[in-house]
Amino acid sequence: MSEISASSERAIKVFRAVIVISLGVAVAYFVYSTSMNGNSKYPFKYGLDLAGGSHLVYVADVSKISEAEVPDAMEVLRDVIERRTNVFGVSEPLVQVERSSIVAGAKTERLVVELPGITDVETAVAEIGKTPLLEFKLVNAQARAAEQAVANLKDSASTSATISNVSVNGEEIGEAYLDTGLTGRYVKRAQLVFGNGQTGQLANEPIVQIEFNSEGAQIFEELTTQHVGEQIAIFLDGESISEPVVREPIIGGIATISGNFTPDEAKALVKNLNFGALPVPITLDSTQSIGSSLGDEALKAGTKAGVVGFVLLSIFIILWYRVPGVVAVVALFLYVLMMLALFKLIPVVLTAAGIAGFILSVGLAVDANVLIAERIKEELKDGKEVDEAIKEGFARAWLAIRDSNIAHVIAGVILFWFGTALIKGFALVFSLGVIISMFSAITISRTLLIALPLTAKTKLGRFLMSSGFSR
Amino acid sequence: MTLHKYQNLFLALPITAAIVALVAVGIWGLKPGIDLAGGSLLQVSYPDGRPQIEVVQREVAKLNFGEVRVQPSDDKDFILRQKELNPTEKAELLQSLATFGTVNEVQFNSVGPSIGTELVRKAWWAISLVTLSIIIFIAFAFRGVSKPVASWKYGVVAIVTLLHDIVIPTGLFAYLGYSRGAEVGVLFIVALLTILGISINDTIVVFDRIRENLRLNTERNKHQSFKELVWKSVVQTMARSINTSLTVIVVLAALFFVGPDSTKDFALTLIVGMIVGTYSSIFLAAPLLVLIEKYQKVPVKSDKKE
Repeated sequence: MSEISASSERAIKVFRAVIVISLGVAVAYFVYSTSMNGNSKYPFKYGLDLAGGSHLVYVADVSKISEAEVPDAMEVLRDVIERRTNVFGVSEPLVQVERSSIVAGAKTERLVVELPGITDVETAVAEIGKTPLLEFKLVNAQARAAEQAVANLKDSASTSATISNVSVNGEEIGEAYLDTGLTGRYVKRAQLVFGNGQTGQLANEPIVQIEFNSEGAQIFEELTTQHVGEQIAIFLDGESISEPVVREPIIGGIATISGNFTPDEAKALVKNLNFGALPVPITLDSTQSIGSSLGDEALKAGTKAGVVGFVLLSIFIILWYRVPGVVAVVALFLYVLMMLALFKLIPVVLTAAGIAGFILSVGLAVDANVLIAERIKEELKDGKEVDEAIKEGFARAWLAIRDSNIAHVIAGVILFWFGTALIKGFALVFSLGVIISMFSAITISRTLLIALPLTAKTKLGRFLMSSGFSR
Repeated sequence: MTLHKYQNLFLALPITAAIVALVAVGIWGLKPGIDLAGGSLLQVSYPDGRPQIEVVQREVAKLNFGEVRVQPSDDKDFILRQKELNPTEKAELLQSLATFGTVNEVQFNSVGPSIGTELVRKAWWAISLVTLSIIIFIAFAFRGVSKPVASWKYGVVAIVTLLHDIVIPTGLFAYLGYSRGAEVGVLFIVALLTILGISINDTIVVFDRIRENLRLNTERNKHQSFKELVWKSVVQTMARSINTSLTVIVVLAALFFVGPDSTKDFALTLIVGMIVGTYSSIFLAAPLLVLIEKYQKVPVKSDKKE
């Protein structure tokens, strides 16, 4: 009876080990296949320092708006800049607002712009910093008529006569367009809508809708009240792009421009209007650009360091800890695979600092195995059988493993809080590594170790389970 | 083993090293990198061979960018460090460098002063927070231990040990800054914080063993001086302390020797921190505990009277 139960117990242990190894193979296959396939849904994501690109930091001047408005203004700023970056045709531009933390003293609102693959900072900065000027002007109908008349005169005159100082009824007519004081500063947003067939609109006619902020709404209301029936010209960078007629006083701060737009033209106008509306002024604070060849080199060096580190570590652990050492290396390999899979799945943006954190975590992950192997050795010295020693070893090493991992996680969390993007990458990989390694070192090594047919009764068995210079 | 006989000798080494490191920082100070102090760095490569460094210095001096430090890098590269540059100024600098033939920009980094100041403030907060959480954590983990040394004193000893562990790499970088122009940036601070997090383990393990042995002695009614007990615990845990550090040092060495340039200083800081951290958990933390027990007369005497 007892023999049967012993052998079935053994079979269960081996079965568990086989499951662990097969899961490992599955993870390995996932990592391998998604890395080999260029179009995979799960590629590794690399930060700018490895992929090459530009990193720009702008400081927003929010001194002129009230504190309550700041988050909204920054949100709008982010949207505007994001639209401008789309001009570069970069696959994944990153634009995000960064607030200085409470401990930083002076409050600063920053905008971080990352442009993978763009290393020409000058052009990028010029493109982003370009502040297209949006103006609403009143069309001077008299001047317009006079201009037309002059043009007609010119056409009909056979000689190239010069005409200057045209006057109507003895008065000089002046500018064709009159400033109204309404500019892009007051535009909250513009959007493309389609007409519903009511109030003079054609069904499905593309209409550009402009939403002013409260100040702008007021100016616009006055303007449209005083000039019903006249034309208002919309200027972008000094050029008139549209001259709609005011049909009625507009109250509520929403202007619609309908006209002979094709949907594409309307879309372009919406884009331009949004371009013109930077809610707060920004100044460039920091720039960083990394050539893709430097990034490539860094990535290759980082990968190489990881492989070399892993091999050296494996040699050391196997020579010193023998059978528990081999098991530790298998567990460590599975740990590496799990981390790589997580990098792809989460996904984690890998930077040079992140890779350093990962390599460091590999060295730390094996710590738990060292603790366990040392404890097992002590239990064997007390004369216990291998099965018993392994169980005791794991149980008694657990407290130390737990404590040290708590200390690591504390450091990781504080680092994450401390971090700029660069440090966050390190902290995330490091903390993730600590948690995963606790699982891999304890669950995986334990399952594998107890599945092995080991005994302390023979000389060879004792040798295999001990470590260092002892026999 | 008779390690405890050499206790004062073991103690002398870390104390001397820490003093030397502090003096080094005092004399030379630390050179803050541009990510902390602001400024810019431009790395360029001359694919057809680079010109003489003096000629380059003379040429860029014409631009009036203040001090421009030119440093050769690799075979064909120069690294130029100067005040922060806006895109136009950077273009001027590149143009000036192009007078010596084809030049390729490898990387450029310009940092305004606002971010650096904030990071330095945050760094102090982070170091204080880590230190504080570790004291609390140790005081909590060792709350059951009161004789012959109170649990909070373990926490204090751990902090003294940790400060030693980060003071020495800092001293090293003060020296490297003086001798080779090495700069400390954000990654250096991260390395120090990481050392705090990792190095505490070895100390915890030694303390843990001391606690266990104290319990065993009480159970077995065995009399042993605190000094003997501490050193017995040290010997029992030494192999694993050294081995767990070695595993980390092995991978860090790989990172230092074959890893990317940007993380070499980071790896070096951590390696030094791990080495002194291992030494200090064995030969600084334990003797300090013994010394505390020796000089805190009141609780010991009252114990003996009972």
